[in-house]
Amino acid sequence: MQILNFLKPNRDNIKNYSIIGSFLVLVSFIDVISNAFFKINITSFLPGSLTNLFPLILGFIGLNMMRIDYSGNKNLDLLNKNINTNNFNALLTLLILFSIIKALPQSLSWMILDATISGDSKDACTGTGACWTYIKVWFRRFMYGMYPNEFHWRINTAFILVIALGFVGYFMKENLKKYLALYYVIIYPIIAYLVIYYLISGGSFGLQWVETGAWGGLSLTFIVSFFCLIFCFPLGMIFALGRRSNLPVIKYISICYIEFWRGVPLITVLFMSSVMFPMFLPEDFFMDKLVRVIIAITLFEAAYCAEVIRGGLQSLPRGQYDAAKSLGMGYWKMHIFVILPQALKLVIPGIANTFLALVKDTPLIFVVGLAELAGMLALAKTNPKWLGFAMEGYIFASIVFWIICYAMSKYSYNLEAKYKTER
Amino acid sequence: MSDPIIKIQNMNKWFGDFQVLKNINLEVEANKKIVVCGPSGSGKSTLIRCINRLEEHQEGDIIVDGSELSEKTKDIEKIRAEVGMVFQQFNLFPHLSILDNCTLAPIWVKKMPKKEAQELALDQLKKVQIDDQANKFPGQLSGGQQQRCAIARALCMQPKIMLFDEPTSALDPEMIKEVLDAMVNLAKGGMTMIVVTHEMGFAKEVADEVIFMDEGMIIEKAETKQFFANPKSDRTKLFLSQIL
Repeated sequence: MQILNFLKPNRDNIKNYSIIGSFLVLVSFIDVISNAFFKINITSFLPGSLTNLFPLILGFIGLNMMRIDYSGNKNLDLLNKNINTNNFNALLTLLILFSIIKALPQSLSWMILDATISGDSKDACTGTGACWTYIKVWFRRFMYGMYPNEFHWRINTAFILVIALGFVGYFMKENLKKYLALYYVIIYPIIAYLVIYYLISGGSFGLQWVETGAWGGLSLTFIVSFFCLIFCFPLGMIFALGRRSNLPVIKYISICYIEFWRGVPLITVLFMSSVMFPMFLPEDFFMDKLVRVIIAITLFEAAYCAEVIRGGLQSLPRGQYDAAKSLGMGYWKMHIFVILPQALKLVIPGIANTFLALVKDTPLIFVVGLAELAGMLALAKTNPKWLGFAMEGYIFASIVFWIICYAMSKYSYNLEAKYKTER
Repeated sequence: MSDPIIKIQNMNKWFGDFQVLKNINLEVEANKKIVVCGPSGSGKSTLIRCINRLEEHQEGDIIVDGSELSEKTKDIEKIRAEVGMVFQQFNLFPHLSILDNCTLAPIWVKKMPKKEAQELALDQLKKVQIDDQANKFPGQLSGGQQQRCAIARALCMQPKIMLFDEPTSALDPEMIKEVLDAMVNLAKGGMTMIVVTHEMGFAKEVADEVIFMDEGMIIEKAETKQFFANPKSDRTKLFLSQIL
């Protein structure tokens, strides 16, 4: 890189250098863009491999010429401070930008320009691009699984009700606020369970019974994630406290629990829950497969939650425990009012991490015959009438999962900002 | 002579193999102010942490306000509620406002109505002159203000005994005075106090008795005037010559 030093600008000639430099960078970008979008190779006079490297070299020299510490030009300083700090970063920036530009036309034409969305059968898909018709036709299946079409309103209503109930906390009166935790940990799950049971399962109030085997698609993803999330958090909290307990029995039970569930793969847990578990039950006792799966995932994820929360508990200084004790607080008061509020705040990123993993683990319930979104895709792509559209399906599923997970992580950032305290 | 409110007899304590406190005997009468001094690592902090059982002792008896502290003590919380403690690092609860820091324990431990607890807290905050900061959070206050808040928080439990564990050691010299002033006022109000500190000026002003500790033992225990004017042991003389 020493060779390039003669290109180094100083404060006197920076003007000329920056003009020449930006011109070179501009040319390099024009070359790449014209290459990618219009299939015009303006450097065709150069020998083979050099043609491809040409914009990179040109842009690199251009950026090198523009690099000076305090040029006085605001935009140039901004550029130099952020992406053009040294030769390596300049090269990396150019490489990334060029790769994006090169990949853009193909993906655009496949996903949008040459894609089909009209029609309602495979015959409509004649273009070279993606066949979004497939997603359109199968959309209801992807959302609701095998649930009968005429009853889809029941799922929608149930979800709206559950979400509305979730917001009750915001509108609760000031003097009822102390029951908030009780509401979310105990009452809310019960109400949500009843709503989902009576509305989606049906069987009473004149609603036709729909067995859980028919449930599926994104709505099942939501149901499984929802119950697992709200149950695994308090359970994890209990085991986190248990692991730090002074009572050996509680401590070792917690350690055994956590280490057991962290040591087995989720897929075997799910198999066990659906195949082995019923064998241990009395014959006349029946527990729905979906319920068993939810319990299995909850127990599994609770172990992870417990360890995340334990990390938070351990990061609190000992003085907080001392201060709480010296004020005469017992174990529970100390934890509820002093320790947990601070520890839980610290573990929001870790908990969000666990929860995201949980949502993305739900497709595994396919192994016991429950088809949520990804499961429905796997079924749909083997449908003889619609062979060969796996790509579209997986892109669709990725987008849906990404939206869900991104929303969750955004929410966790909000929570972090909301509960931030200075030490 | 009234019955002592704190009575420690032949107390020994180990951290693993290391004996931190050796054969401690101490009696503190109500309304007396005791200052404990000594080089660092001499067991002063451990001694007063034993008095509200933040540390457990292995041998001997500690009797606080008529109840003996031992593993069998069921309602240790009740005793702790009567023994206030102020720490070197303040240990305020950073997620609660100053006012909530002061009302938390009275409301949930003493079952005091919220309004009453708030009035009491504001009253105590006023005594240490930070009632105007009541709605701020600990992180927004200076060290001296935080320590005064910690004193007010302990006083809100209306304790019979106050323990101070090097309350000024983590403070800037300028802030030491405001905390010491608050402690002097408290002493004048007749509180029973045990103070671990290196502030000899404070000791001279308020202490009834001064205890000098070294290597886990009480080397010297004397009335304040006598302690400074006429120390008996050579170790005490050496310590005083270095600190004064």
